Parts: sequence; C-alpha cells; structure tokens
Amino acid sequence: MKIKILRSQTNAHQEYSLPDQESTLLGALEHIKSSIDATLTFSAGCRSSVCGTCAVRVNGRSELSCSYKIKDGDIIEPLQYHSVLRDLKVDKHHAKETLRRSQAWLHESREASLSPQDEKRTETQTDCILCDSCYSACPVLAVNPDFLGPFALTRAYRYSTDKRENDVKEIIDHIQTNGVWDCTLCGECTAACPKGIDPKMDITMLRGTSVQHGYEDPSFSQISFGTPDFGGGGFGFDPNAGF
Amino acid sequence: MVDILVIGSGGAGLSAALAAKQMGASVVVAGKSYPTNSQTSMAQGGINAALGNVNEDHIASHIADTVKSGRGLSDEQMVRRMCGDAPHTIAWLDSIGVPFSRLDNDGVGTQSIAQRQMGGASAKRACYAQDYTGLKILHTLYDTCLKKDIDFLDEHYLLNLITKDGTIKGATFLEMRTGEIKQIDAKSVIIATGGYGSIYHGFTTNAYGATGDGIAAALRAGGSISDMEFIQFHPTALKHSSILISESARGEGGYLLNSDGERFIDELKPRDEVARAIFTQMQNGKEVFLDVRHLGVAKLMELLPQEVELCKLHEHVDPACELIPIKPVAHYTMGGIDVDDALEVNGIKGCFAVGECSNAKVHGANRLGGNSLLEITAFGKFAGENAAKHAIYASSKPADNTQLEKDKRYIQEIYTKKSTLNFYTHREEMGRRFYEDVGIIRNNVSLHRMLDEVIAMQTALSKMGIEDKSPTNNTNLTDFLEFTSALLLAPAIISSAIARDESRGAHYKEGFETQDDETFKKHIVIEWNKEATV
Repeated sequence: MKIKILRSQTNAHQEYSLPDQESTLLGALEHIKSSIDATLTFSAGCRSSVCGTCAVRVNGRSELSCSYKIKDGDIIEPLQYHSVLRDLKVDKHHAKETLRRSQAWLHESREASLSPQDEKRTETQTDCILCDSCYSACPVLAVNPDFLGPFALTRAYRYSTDKRENDVKEIIDHIQTNGVWDCTLCGECTAACPKGIDPKMDITMLRGTSVQHGYEDPSFSQISFGTPDFGGGGFGFDPNAGF
Repeated sequence: MVDILVIGSGGAGLSAALAAKQMGASVVVAGKSYPTNSQTSMAQGGINAALGNVNEDHIASHIADTVKSGRGLSDEQMVRRMCGDAPHTIAWLDSIGVPFSRLDNDGVGTQSIAQRQMGGASAKRACYAQDYTGLKILHTLYDTCLKKDIDFLDEHYLLNLITKDGTIKGATFLEMRTGEIKQIDAKSVIIATGGYGSIYHGFTTNAYGATGDGIAAALRAGGSISDMEFIQFHPTALKHSSILISESARGEGGYLLNSDGERFIDELKPRDEVARAIFTQMQNGKEVFLDVRHLGVAKLMELLPQEVELCKLHEHVDPACELIPIKPVAHYTMGGIDVDDALEVNGIKGCFAVGECSNAKVHGANRLGGNSLLEITAFGKFAGENAAKHAIYASSKPADNTQLEKDKRYIQEIYTKKSTLNFYTHREEMGRRFYEDVGIIRNNVSLHRMLDEVIAMQTALSKMGIEDKSPTNNTNLTDFLEFTSALLLAPAIISSAIARDESRGAHYKEGFETQDDETFKKHIVIEWNKEATV
C-alpha cells in the first residue's frame, strides 16, 4: 500500500510504502517515523479520538489521524488556514485565539436547576475536542482570516444556552464582528466534525439570539447586495487552498 | 520573574493556575503540547464526591473506600482533605460551567448532578458527563483560564528544574517550534506533568506523552520520588489497540466473560483484583470479553457513546450485539514525586507537584476510579494556593545561567552525536518487556531480568540519538528526550518492585502473595545517586 504525504521542506508529496494491512493513519505515521523516515513531522496524543491533536487532511477532507483507516493512494496534507510549522504539524495559535476573541466562557455564574433536558441541549456541542477540523474546512476563512470560525461560535452557543449564565448579552456582543453574520451556512464544518457537532445549526441559533438582543443581519441593514470578492480562490471546496 | 510557573497544562496544571491567579499571583503555564491535548481529556468515567444525589453517601464512606483500596499506603490525612473537599470542588466546577450529566429531580446547583457506580465504591459517587467527564472538565477549565487571562507557553518541553541551595528558581525548556533553549525564572514552580504509564509503550491506555518527564526532572534536581512500583492496570482496554473502555461499562452492569462464556470475578471489585483475574484467565489460554449486550442500544448510546464508537472503529465489534475482546493494560501510575502535606516536593523548597506526577499518597497501592479527576482539581487548587503563598516571601533574585548553558550543551551533543541504534525500536521493546516482566503479576526472576535489560539499554543509549537534524519543530528530538525520561525512571520502578517482597494492591509478586504489613507497610523512597531504601 502506498500513501503520499505533503512535505513542507520540498513542498511536494512524498510517497511511502506501507505493509498491506489494516492501519489507522496514525499507526502508519508512527511506522514511517520510527522505521522509515525520522524527519516526518506530525502531532499526536491519545490514539482514541479525544485529545484533538492529530487532525490532518486526507484527500482534501479533515480527518483525525487516529481514527482514519488508510487506503492505497491516500494523499495526506496539513490542515488549512493554519500556518504549517513543518510537514503535518501546524500552528494552532491563530485558530485558538478565536476562543479568546469570542469570549466563549461562562461570564456571570448563577445558581440554576438543571435537568437531563438541559444537559441534552448542549451535550453534542460540549463533545468538542478542539481538533480544528471544522476550522480547516471553513471557506470563509479563505477570504476573512479574522472570522471567528465554527468551533469558537459553537462554544459561544454552548455557553449562551447554559442556564447558569446570567449575562448572555455579553456573549452575544462578542460574536457580532467577524462572527455569526459572516458565516455563509455552507455546512462544510458540520460535514468535517469528527464528533458529529453541527456548528452551522449553532450559528443559526446564535443569529436568532442576536436578533433577540437587538442585533440585525448587517448585510440587510446596509442594503448591500454585492457579492463578496473571493480572490479567485473559489468558494467551493478546494483541497489545495492555502498553499 | 514570574510568581508561579506551572509546568503541564492538563487538569491539574489548569486548576493550579486558576487558584494561584485568584490569589493575585502572576502565572505562566508551560506545556509540551496545547492545553486541551492532555491526558485529562481521556478520563471517562467520573469524578468522585459524596453528594448523595442518587443514594445515601457520606464523606466518611468516601474516605473509608479510598483508604481501603490504598491497602495501607494511603495517608489518611491527605485522603480526608481530598474527600472532604470533593463536594466544594464539584460546586466550583459547576459554577464555571462544567456540563455534568443530570438527574430529573428539580434539584438546584449540584443537587441534580447525576452520579454512577464505580468499582470499590460503597455508593453511587462518581459525577459524570456521559463518558466524556475528563474532556468536559478540561475544556471548561481551559475556557475559564482564557477568561482569567492566564498566560500559556505551548510547545515548551521541560528540560530541567533550576534550584539553588535546595530552593526552586525556575526551569529550562526547549521551545519546540524554534529550537531555542530558554530559562524561565519563577518564585514558585508547580509540576503537573502527568504520569509514566507510557513506559508500557503499546500496552497502555495512556497518550504517547505520559513519559514521566516532570518526575525525571524532579529526581535530577534533588527531589524524592516514591511508590514507583505501584502501577495500575486497567481491566478493560481493547485487545488490539489498548484503547480504554471505561470502568463505568461495568458500573452500569457490564459483565466479564471468558472464552467458555463464564463469568469469573465480581466485576465491581477494585481494579487490581479484576485486572489480575483477567490476566490469570489469559495465562490459562482463555480470551476475555466485556459483555454489555444486555444493556441495550438506547442505554449504551446514552451512557457510553464514545465506547461504542471506539469498539466499532478499532475492534470491528458492535457492543450492542457482540462481545468486546479486552485485555488489562497499564493505566495509571500511583507513584511519583514525593510531596508533603502541602504538596511541596520533598527535597526542593518552593516546588510543588500535583496530579498523576505527584505521590500525594491518597491512592496508596491502588487508585479508585473517579479519584484521579478529583485529585487533579481539588489538589490542583490546593497546590496553586500553596505555591502563591510561597511566592509572597520567596527571593526575587533570579538564578544565573549555569543550568541553561549546561542544557544548551546537552542538546547540542544530541545533535552532533551519531545514531547507530534506533531508539524507537528500544522504546517498543521496553514497552513490551515491561508489560511481561514488570506487569500485573511479577516475580523476582522477571524483575531482575528486566533490570539487567534496562541497564543494558542505558549503556546502549550512548549509541542512540536523532536522525533528524532540523533545529526547529524536531519531534524526533522530543521523542528521544521522552525516551530518556522513561529510561531514567525504569530502574527506579523495577528496583522498588524488587525491594518489595510482598503483594499489596497493584503490586503482586509470585512467591510473596500476601501483604506483609510488618516489613512493608511503608513507602519506598528514591533519591538521586542513592540506592533504593525501604
């Protein structure tokens, strides 16, 4: 079995031959590093889909290395919209900054009576492992690097619906600029999430809450119907974008 | 110079950082990955607190269960502190927004938090968030750290602690991105770097990074380490991938079956007993399975959704209608940095250790499920407070650059050294051999054999090195450094196990199958350049 991995030093895909047996991509990467090529660089942690360290792109799609089973001819590349530090290892700082900018936390805690229904409301959202798969899949980031992106907005939603939050407006105030209204609701994030989270729906819900707090869709308020300029990068899914 | 340097960004490190910040100290958290990547994310089952939300429970019962499971090696005062603080800790976690699973009882605050049965517990005591308890606590702590503006230094690999006259002055790090060796000066240091389960490479539920770096650094800097021979084997990891299936699967009613379809042990006994029973079945040529089929699809998806997915993915087994093949593997290390009642490292003033890397003597010879998340949060806060108090009166004169220069030379040597032996092969070998010879059932022949092996490996280390000479983002280098940490701790584990000629908790030795309180109701403490002493 052969797979190709994008190497940063040469900016070319390097082919590796692997034993013909079932293996996770992470198993394959470990095998390459320990016995074929010690310079291949990637990040990994728990092997069980929960630490969020090992997301990459396989044939253009975000995948966790530890849960993806490799196939002959697979092409492995780093996440998009992250600066590549080396090979498959990316800098996650810019993406993580969105959590700080969106202030996705409990602002003012109050005592509440929570039920199983309350738990269910954000059970899936709180399964987020911050693997950045959704961020890599989001086409808005191709044109607006300051967009808060899917995982930060999902997290903002999760706190905004928490009965223990006494200051929902504070959350809503921080997701207006480069936030909920900049999303195109294309659903790429939802398709990319390894945990089955639906950021598109969460963003839609946050728009509703924003309206309740007196905000409105700026594209309507400015009566601007012009189409945004996507710089020729294409709005659809382009596996080579970012390179 | 920062007041508090926290090394390690898992649940213990983040709890400590929040508490220290709350006390008004300046805090920096340095970790070798990103905060939410840590081992804490893998804790599934729950966090213990005697809330009594489901059935009658008392803090005294929590203390008694913990002490009983510790087989005489728990420090009752520390256990009392941890268990007594548990309800407050849950209230604190609830107040910052941890999304606990809930009961339908109209309770206010923590009163509606659901609690489940875990092994060795006399009540339903483990608060949980489905089977993602660690993940959800960790992420909520991280969100709160962002709120409180805690500074993070990611991808900082700990090289050495800096001490002067037995007092902590800071630490040196390899900044993994740039390759720069740097010194961080601090008035107090909190080590929260996790355990050493990854010595059992390939035979552990632990993440790759659980190589005991902080424990090795504490040992090198003059700190004591203790109880290193006590390694908990989790009864139910997936047979082929060693991926964890939570104890809550048995707590919720799962059975253990051998290949004859027979049950062979009370599944809710403490982990050491269940792991040994499974291992004995395997030694007798039987396969062992976890059976949760009778729980039904709906209950499985409600209580153990993560488990169901992992079984399908890694074993091609659907737990709703098939048996899950399992084996016991290394899961948690009870031993670690020896600390006093304030979690201050014995041997290094102003340096604190908390979480799996420390031996606060709450778990003793065998940890109860649900007590590790409690330790990292309750004691994490305690360590943060104590470190902040220490910083108030600590000298603000920074250390010179002796250690820094030494570490620069050390890393330079690794770069220039020619590598003729592949350390990855030895890492693999060490994991397998540790599982076989320093595993669930030990004997003095196997232990001595492995000690010889480890000493030979330490000698061979001079021929091992890195093939990747890149100065930046060199994971070959950090893998190598992690291997050297594990190799430093390996003889400490084995010689402690050799010295303990008895069986107690997770340490079970053939030829010495009983607990010998007269000789061995004590801790084996190891210091640098001194022989293991009982």
